[in-house]
Amino acid sequence: MQHVSPVREPLVTGGKSYHDVTQDVCRQVEAAPNVRWMAALSVALFFLGVFLYSVYRTLWYGIGEWGLNKTVGWAWDITNFVWWVGIGHAGTLISAVLLLFRQKWRSSINRAAEAMTIFAVICAAMFPVLHMGRPWLAYWVFPLQNTFGSLWVNFNSPLLWDVFAISTYFTVSLVFWYTGLVPDFATIRDRAKGPIAKVAYSLLSMGWTGSAKHWSRYETVSLILAGVSTPLVLSVHTIVSMDFATSVVPGWHTTIFPPYFVAGAIFSGFAMVLTLMLITRVVFKLEDYITMEHIALMNKIMMITGSIVGVAYITEFFIAWYSQVEFEQYAFINRATGPYWWAYWSMMTCNVITPQLVWIRKVRYSIPLTFVLSIIVNIGMWFERFVIIVTSLHRDYLPSSWVMFSPTIIDIGIYVGTLGLFFTLFLLFAKFFPVVNMAEVKTVLKYTVDNGPTYTGHDPHHDLIHKPTTHGVPATAPVNYNKHD
Amino acid sequence: MTKRFALGIFDDEDVLMHAIENVRAAGVKIYEVFTPFPIHGIDDALGIERSRLPIAAFFYGCCGLAFALWMQIYMLGFDWPMIIGGKPHIALPAFIPVSFELTVFFTCHGMVITFYTISKLYPRWRTPVLDVRSTDDKFVMAIEINESTDLNNLSKLLRENGASEVNEKEMTKN
Repeated sequence: MQHVSPVREPLVTGGKSYHDVTQDVCRQVEAAPNVRWMAALSVALFFLGVFLYSVYRTLWYGIGEWGLNKTVGWAWDITNFVWWVGIGHAGTLISAVLLLFRQKWRSSINRAAEAMTIFAVICAAMFPVLHMGRPWLAYWVFPLQNTFGSLWVNFNSPLLWDVFAISTYFTVSLVFWYTGLVPDFATIRDRAKGPIAKVAYSLLSMGWTGSAKHWSRYETVSLILAGVSTPLVLSVHTIVSMDFATSVVPGWHTTIFPPYFVAGAIFSGFAMVLTLMLITRVVFKLEDYITMEHIALMNKIMMITGSIVGVAYITEFFIAWYSQVEFEQYAFINRATGPYWWAYWSMMTCNVITPQLVWIRKVRYSIPLTFVLSIIVNIGMWFERFVIIVTSLHRDYLPSSWVMFSPTIIDIGIYVGTLGLFFTLFLLFAKFFPVVNMAEVKTVLKYTVDNGPTYTGHDPHHDLIHKPTTHGVPATAPVNYNKHD
Repeated sequence: MTKRFALGIFDDEDVLMHAIENVRAAGVKIYEVFTPFPIHGIDDALGIERSRLPIAAFFYGCCGLAFALWMQIYMLGFDWPMIIGGKPHIALPAFIPVSFELTVFFTCHGMVITFYTISKLYPRWRTPVLDVRSTDDKFVMAIEINESTDLNNLSKLLRENGASEVNEKEMTKN
């Protein structure tokens, strides 16, 4: 039996029983779509339309539709790519790293966070594929035998490492997420009334019955997946940062990039998880599962990673000065005081200064402030990628090729469009899939809930347990956790 | 093949755990236990062997690593040798990221495919369940019965160990 100190806040409030958990989570899935959901989906679909139109323009007329120019060869596309990949990281962090660290509070939020990961990676993948110009040849990035002779991909290039990193990350996250969903699909299947729902969830649940043997294997699988996903998630953003760090562009050629990018990814990812969770808990009435304690804990992680990112900004500046490399020094002074000073200082304000407000308890436990803060961090992290990419490229070694970058309407359309894609997928997920991992929440229910399904004195079975009727079984084993002892 | 089961329905996992021990001690063979969530220690109580999936995962990982190294060394070292960035043909440090990713890829997918295969989990049109409440809030202990089983005794044993209901159900296994 586990004993939880009474000092700890309960992970689920409201005195829920196992059946209540099922009811609360399935309610949304079983109910007819409501007006607010339909309205939100229509907005998301509109932006998805914007995305499709922008992609059509890009593919039909070529990437001349984008605001790229002779030195700024990467701009919004890679900014958005890195931003989306970064957002994706929080989901895997919550599901893998927090599982390894036995952080039980992850149970109520891991499902939605993992879904966010998958959708964010889908959005991220759009950008490198589109910026190829000829996406129908995207399979060329894989080491496939071709018809021109045995010409292979370049395994020395960080861009190819990215291909392997992102595709591994995407498929592994997908499998991790789906395997976690299977028992919950079985719950929905067994409650389903309509014939379509019965068949659909039966297909999705793959015949899960919840037998003890399956659960035992399931737990083994989850633990190993978490164990390999943890270094995986760190490797993905490390490799993304190497796209920059292995170059010779001033402002990019930095050894601090891998840890700094990973911290930034966790930072922006937790900000996005907070944004989504704050909306989800209200819309789906899940306040008892995603409690203020959850929000405060996520806020703390956001604040810590934000501080790490802040240290990284200062370190970059220091190293530029300390290295005595003229170009490097110029790149950083230009970032802070050059034509893109506003982007740099937006980044500094959003990422370094505002998260420090989380030190204040009232901010940490305030829903409106947390919501605003999470949006600010998302904006700040977008600016961080913009600052790194565009300010380094717009003034390189050759002053004759110095230019300014300005995005075209298509650039903006693709970016806003991926937000539409993301929210369309998330809304569909939230409607048809269980948003909270029911099985896992049920495991933490008993010893962390107020007046939950624990056995009390008046229970008819209580006496039987202390006096086992069969010989050979010790009667000493404690039966249940009593929160008052 | 149709099988008949006696189902002991329990409301609490701790009661179930003790019931499993007592039922097994009474010499009754438990066919299967269905629970809505994983219960720690239930594998020991039921005598389920420790899964060998971790060993399989390690093996898949080794395959992934070997495949990745072979692929990169063969492609860039022998089949189409190119000097890139002044690096040697077989630039092992540059091969680390792809080798790592493929190790993880093979480990995960190999293990998950094995998990679904050995657990016989695959998409199907309808799933027969002994008691639908076992995926909600009830813990179900299934004991296979035949002509020689004394149902009254079995029912008494289950009830004495905390079962809130004892049901009988037939299921056709295909």
